[in-house]
Amino acid sequence: MAGLAAAFGSGAMTNSIDEIEDTDLILITGSNTSETHPIIGRMVKRAVERKRAKLIVVDPRKVVMVNFAHVWLRQRPGTDAAWINGLCHVIIKENLWDHEFVASRTEAFEDLRRHIQKYTPEYVEDITGIAADDIRKVARLYANALRAMILYTMGITQHTSGTDNVKALANLAMLCGNIGKEGTGVNPLRGQNNVQGACDMAALPDVLPGHQPITDERVLSTFQQGWSTGVRLSNKPGKTMTEMMSAAFRGDLRALYVMGENPRLSDANAGHVAKALQNLDLLIVQDIFLTETARLADVVLPAASFAEKDGTFTNTDRRVQRVRKGLDPSGNALADWEIICLLARHVCEKIHHNNAAATPTHHPPAMHISCGYWNYTSPEEVFDELAPLSHIYAGISYERIKKSGLQWPCTGRYHPGTPFMHKDVFKRGKGLFHPVDYIPPAEVPDEEYPFYLSTGRLRYHYHTGTMTRRSRGLDYICPEERIQINPEDGRRLDIKDGDLIRVTSRRGSVTGRALLTDRSAPGMVFMTFHFAEVPANVLTNDALDPVSKIPEFKVSAVAVEKVEEGAA
Amino acid sequence: MKQELHTFTLTINGQTVDAAKGRTLLTVARENNIHIPTLCYHEKLRPLGSCRLCIVEVEGTPTPVSACTTPARPGMQVHTHTEFIENLRRETLKLIFLRHPLNCSACEINGYCQLQDLAHEYDISHVDLHSCGMKDLHFNSEPYCTPLITYHPRRCILCGRCAQACIEITEVGAINYKGRGAEAVIAPIKTSYTDPTKCVSCGECMAACPVHALTETMTPGKIKPWKTDRVRTTCTYCGCGCQIELNVMDNSVIGVTPADGGVNRGALCGKGRFGYGFINHTDRLTSPLIRTDGELKEVSWDTALDYIADQLVHILDTHGPDSIGGLSSARCTNEENYLFQKFMRSVIGTNNVDHCARL
Ligand code: SF4
Ligand code: SF4
Ligand code: FES
Repeated sequence: MAGLAAAFGSGAMTNSIDEIEDTDLILITGSNTSETHPIIGRMVKRAVERKRAKLIVVDPRKVVMVNFAHVWLRQRPGTDAAWINGLCHVIIKENLWDHEFVASRTEAFEDLRRHIQKYTPEYVEDITGIAADDIRKVARLYANALRAMILYTMGITQHTSGTDNVKALANLAMLCGNIGKEGTGVNPLRGQNNVQGACDMAALPDVLPGHQPITDERVLSTFQQGWSTGVRLSNKPGKTMTEMMSAAFRGDLRALYVMGENPRLSDANAGHVAKALQNLDLLIVQDIFLTETARLADVVLPAASFAEKDGTFTNTDRRVQRVRKGLDPSGNALADWEIICLLARHVCEKIHHNNAAATPTHHPPAMHISCGYWNYTSPEEVFDELAPLSHIYAGISYERIKKSGLQWPCTGRYHPGTPFMHKDVFKRGKGLFHPVDYIPPAEVPDEEYPFYLSTGRLRYHYHTGTMTRRSRGLDYICPEERIQINPEDGRRLDIKDGDLIRVTSRRGSVTGRALLTDRSAPGMVFMTFHFAEVPANVLTNDALDPVSKIPEFKVSAVAVEKVEEGAA
Repeated sequence: MKQELHTFTLTINGQTVDAAKGRTLLTVARENNIHIPTLCYHEKLRPLGSCRLCIVEVEGTPTPVSACTTPARPGMQVHTHTEFIENLRRETLKLIFLRHPLNCSACEINGYCQLQDLAHEYDISHVDLHSCGMKDLHFNSEPYCTPLITYHPRRCILCGRCAQACIEITEVGAINYKGRGAEAVIAPIKTSYTDPTKCVSCGECMAACPVHALTETMTPGKIKPWKTDRVRTTCTYCGCGCQIELNVMDNSVIGVTPADGGVNRGALCGKGRFGYGFINHTDRLTSPLIRTDGELKEVSWDTALDYIADQLVHILDTHGPDSIGGLSSARCTNEENYLFQKFMRSVIGTNNVDHCARL
């Protein structure tokens, strides 16, 4: 979410889900909303069919939402910055932009105006394959709508140019004054239940809770005091997940503690990840199942599921809501928070023990006078510690969210929460236009690998499938991977529905059954990463967006061939 | 309370009540704690007017009208429980029970059923029905539009709530009435040869059914509502953060129902509603494991934690804090993510913390 943070000063969904049904135009891009966020998908449909909102879908795949769209633009994969710039170009050229908003609330508009000149609809058509007139049409629709809301997901961010794509969307919204009002904004729909919360709580290498930069000495000393820890907190940003994997591969990272993730299946270039994990001296995996990653671990710790613990999740529109314990965990499993506390106490004891015993080498023990407080008796006690430290949660307490959640920023006991952000002023002061350029994807189809591969998920499964595939009903209606290809390509390669096919990239190859569907554009293959038997991420490219470090899941080049039954 | 602009008065059973423009007689009655029996009415759906149980008499109108569909008007004089109306209701109910067997003790919602309540209220027992000499009903037994849900035509009272929920809540419209009279059923709408059903397996139809005629096909066992606790929590799947109730019986989750409030407004998708089987799955990890001789073996918590502490501190001493990394999780709570990074930063001393947000 680095793109949004750069433009507005905050990286979360700017507006609320509730507002979808109350806007005049919805632009969805890179999001198969009705499958990944069914509840939001319904709201969009309702807005369109009952409340006369206009719907524009820009997606290389014929996602379900296309059926309700007034306009559907099918761009070539990986060309998002180009069409968004094209819209901005038309809006400026035809003088449809919001002069007052741009003058009073933003800066660097002239940079954008100059930069965008070359993105004429015709130029954009060459890059994206979208007809120039369609670009004009959509630009006018968006600019003329009273209020317009942009929704996007990983289709926009899982590219080497992902951060730029988001900045381009932010440009578009600011240009038309579509931000800081109800029913507007630039809204990333987060895929996992608590991605927002994990970011807010700083499960990230470069910030402390509340999105406060680790490089800020004031912030650092606040936490140093708040945690009353003897260790000097480091101001050196840490490694991202993909960087940790490379470091493990090289032997620079020796130990990895994995809580509730399955990187062996979900990470780009999965073959590389497995080797990296095997290279570690110590791999600790804490999970509810023996996942593919846990199978490689040295120690596995059994955790409680969400139904077996108390706590809070923060949803995609920044709403902090309660999680409540409904039953006891199976066997000797413990809640993750309990395990972390136990582990912290054990490690601290060990350090103290060593302290007392001998003179150490690299890690002067004098630093470890105290390990801070680890005797929490409930998640509520943890929350009461984290809320004031992270500012944006400061006004939230379990008592206040007993019945319904509160949306951050909520900075005081009587603050009502914030349904839409940047009302009178942006978090960073003025909104900043970022001229961005179209950069071709790191890997484009060529003779040897003539297809685009894109990955995503299905309605009935979730992520690497560890949970949904163990829920009988869901596995029953959707038991196996079906690799989606366009019927035209099917004919050409003599592939029929249900045929066994092999998909090969520069990194590996997988075999699975084909599904012929016009949801995939000609020349495009779509796979999910729900199924361990057909691990799509063996194929994907781990080239990273330079800022957000998101791997390029949505575009890689592959070859497709039919496999004789039994030969696989 | 908010001052309504267009308010007026009318009388119900002689009592003068206030009403706002646009309200139905049923709503006005409920606002004033006047009970009118209903079956097909559902708060989340537009009134269907199909069951005729909410009929009332309005002076000056020749026939009874259904309260759920009739707008309140100034000066109306409404009677909800005249002898005539009560008799009509009893007859209507009897007709329903010709199809729906009063077999309550074998039903999983026994004691929690609107129809059963009405049978009590109107003193209807099966004795009334046997005298009719009905011939057996035959239902066309085609499968329901999703294998996750089973349709029981004998129980179905043809109220139409399911089909309406599919249209209004899911915005799909996959089911409708099929056939006529006593042998009518609810059935999938066939759309095209290649894509036979539009159903997305969300279960809203099932949730709307008042009489358990649509049931979950793969429930883990027999549900006893009186032994079931409902625990309000937040769904664990996508980022919408739907508010749900875990239905818990004997320390296992036997169902998920939506809770009011929250972005979902009482609705759910298929994952949220049917995706709970993993919680009590036999594959769940129940004990810490340590790899010995290449295999993961069960050990006690103390052994596992001591082992980790030894190894971590050893690596810390020999290679420094930045040789250790941690991957936290978007699946875990805020509190856990907070503690995880606090542990990595303040005990280990590294900023090597990340999670799967990028993915
Ligand atoms: S499961 Fe959902 S989509 Fe299918 S018939 Fe029922 S309400 Fe409609
Ligand atoms: S299945 Fe249930 S909701 Fe649908 S018509 Fe029959 S009784 Fe009514
Ligand atoms: S409740 Fe009014 S007709 Fe059914």
